[in-house]
Amino acid sequence: MAGSNNSGKKKSRWAAGITPYAEMGYYEADYEPKATDILCAFRLVPQAGVDPIEAAAAVAGESSTATWTVVWTDRLTPYEHYQAKCYRVDPVPGTDQYIAYIAYDIDLFEEGSIANLTSSIIGNVFGFKALKSLRLEDMRIPPHYAKTFQGPAHGIVMEREYLNKFGRPLLGATVKPKLGLSARNYGRVVYEALRGGLDFTKDDENINSQPFMRWRDRFLFCMEAVNRATASTGEIKGHYLNVTAGTMEEMYERADFAKDLGTVIVMIDLTIGYTAIQSMAKWARRNGVILHLHRAGHGTYTRQKTHGVNFRVIAKWMRLAGVDHIHAGTVVGKLEGDPNAIRGYYSTLRSNKIDADLSQGLYFEQDWASLPAVMPVASGGIHAGQMHQLLHLLGEDVVLQFGGGTIGHPDGIAQGATANRVATEVMIQARNEGRDFLNEGPEILNKAARWSPELRKALDIWKDVTYDFESTDVPDAVGTVTVA
Amino acid sequence: MRITQGTFSYLPDFTEEQIKAQVRYCFDNGWAFSIEHTDDPHPRNSYWEMWGLPMFDLQDLHQAMERLEECRKAFPQHYIKLNGYDRTKGRQTTMLSFIVQRPEDEPGFILDRTEAQDRRIQYTIRSRSRSAN
Repeated sequence: MAGSNNSGKKKSRWAAGITPYAEMGYYEADYEPKATDILCAFRLVPQAGVDPIEAAAAVAGESSTATWTVVWTDRLTPYEHYQAKCYRVDPVPGTDQYIAYIAYDIDLFEEGSIANLTSSIIGNVFGFKALKSLRLEDMRIPPHYAKTFQGPAHGIVMEREYLNKFGRPLLGATVKPKLGLSARNYGRVVYEALRGGLDFTKDDENINSQPFMRWRDRFLFCMEAVNRATASTGEIKGHYLNVTAGTMEEMYERADFAKDLGTVIVMIDLTIGYTAIQSMAKWARRNGVILHLHRAGHGTYTRQKTHGVNFRVIAKWMRLAGVDHIHAGTVVGKLEGDPNAIRGYYSTLRSNKIDADLSQGLYFEQDWASLPAVMPVASGGIHAGQMHQLLHLLGEDVVLQFGGGTIGHPDGIAQGATANRVATEVMIQARNEGRDFLNEGPEILNKAARWSPELRKALDIWKDVTYDFESTDVPDAVGTVTVA
Repeated sequence: MRITQGTFSYLPDFTEEQIKAQVRYCFDNGWAFSIEHTDDPHPRNSYWEMWGLPMFDLQDLHQAMERLEECRKAFPQHYIKLNGYDRTKGRQTTMLSFIVQRPEDEPGFILDRTEAQDRRIQYTIRSRSRSAN
C-alpha cells in the first residue's frame, strides 16, 4: 500500500512528532460505510511526490480530528469513532486527479446546522499545502442527518397548490435594467410582465436598497403592480422581493413588511451566508411566504473543475437549509452548464430518492426521506424559441425566467410575457398529446405564431441566439480503478 | 376579460379532440380525472363545485366526455375545468388543470384599495360574479 514509511517499519501510532495520516487511521481500505455516515467525494491533486492515498488521508484527518502532529490527548477519546476514514481512492484516467471517498461519523456534526457541517468538511482542508488542488464533488447526507433540518419552507407541491398553477413550468422574469430604475418605473415593468402572462417577476441579486431605489418604495410599487395584474388576469401573481441586507435585523424588517403587504414570495441571496439562509427559511415557513434563493457568488467556487465545491453539494445544503427555489442552470442559456451535470442538480433538488450515477456527477445515492423538493430556477439568456429544448432538458417542475426574453420584446413587455406563455402552453399541449416535441419544436412554435403575433415577433428577433461554448465542468463518468 | 388560470388559458379554446387528448394523457399517467365548475373563479377560490367525485377508475374517454357534457348542460354559463390528480407518494396533488368552458361574458374582478398609514395599501380582490356577491 502506498502511504507507508519508506523505512518499511512502522513507528508507534503515539510516538511524538509527525506520522503519516494514512497510518493514523485516516485511511481504511476495508472500511464499510455505515448507513448513518456522511460520505464525501473529493477530487484532489497531490503535490509532486505526495502519495495520493496519504493526500486523501490527510484530507480525512484535517476535516475531522487531526492536527499536523501527533497529540497524546487523542487517547482521552474513542478516537477511532471520531476519525474520518478515507476508504477508497480512484485515479481519474488521463489526469493527475484522484477521487477520494471519505466517511464521517454522524456524531461529528451538530444537528440542523449547515454552518457546522461545512466548517468541518470544507473548513480547513482547502488550504492544505500537500495538495495542489481540492474540490468537494458530492456528499451523501443520510436520512438520520437530513431529518434534523427543517428543509424547504413549502416545497414544490405546496407552492403549486398555493399558487393554483399545475401542469406546466412557472414563468418569471428579472426586472431589467438591474440597476438604476426608480421604484415607480420598476413597478411598471412588474405590472406589464405579470399582466402579459408571467407568474413571477424578480428583483435581481444586487437590487437591495440603493440610493436610486430604496427597498420600502420598491416593495410598495411592486405590490401595487402584483395586485393589479392579479385582478386583471384572475391568476395569482408574485414578485420576488429581495430582502437581502447587511444584518439579520434589517432582513427581518424587510421580510415582515413584504409579508404585511401580502406578497406570496420573498427572496434572498446566497451571499447572506448559510446561517442567515436557515433563519430566513424558518421565517418563511412561519409566515407562509415562499422563499427564493439566488445563488449569487457561487461561480467563484463551483465552476472550476479542480477547485472548490461542486454546485450539486451547494444544492444539497440549500435543500437542507430550507429554500423553496434555487437557480440551478439552464443548459441552453448564457451561463455555465453541462447538460448531464445539470440533470444531476435538478434530480438532487426535485427527487426524493436518487441513485448514484457518475454520468451525471452523482457519486452517491441520496435518500431525502420525504424532505420537500426545491423548485429549480432556470435563468440567464433563455427565450421562447428554445421552449422545446427547455421542456425536454428541465421538465415541468421548474421556473423558467425570461428577463431579456420578456422585456426585450419589440412590441412591449406584456407582449414579451405573452409570447413566453403561449410557447410554454403550446409545448405542454404537444407533449401531452404524445408528440415528439423536441424534434417538432420549431414547427409547433411556428404554427402557434400564426395566431400569436407576440410569439411571431419573439421567434423572429431571437431566432439566432445560442450560446454554444464548451463547459468548464463536465462529469468524468469514468470506470473505477482503485489505487491501493 | 379572459381569466388565465389553468394550464392552457393562453391557447385558443380547445376542440373536443384536443380536450380528449389531454384526458387521455391523464389516463395514461394513471391520474384520477375530475370535473369542477363555478361562477366565482376568484384567484383564491380553491374549491370549485365538484361535478361528482373524482373518477379514480375511469379509463373510458367516451364516458369522460359524457360526464363533461352533462356538466355543461347543467351549467352552461359557468366556468368548467378538468383536473388530473396523481396520488403517488411525494406527489399527492393535481398534475393538470385546465378550463374547458367559460361564460360568454367573463365579468372579472374589482381591486379594492384601503389606504393605511405610511403609504401602505391593503388590497382586496372581489369577484364581479353573481354568487360571490
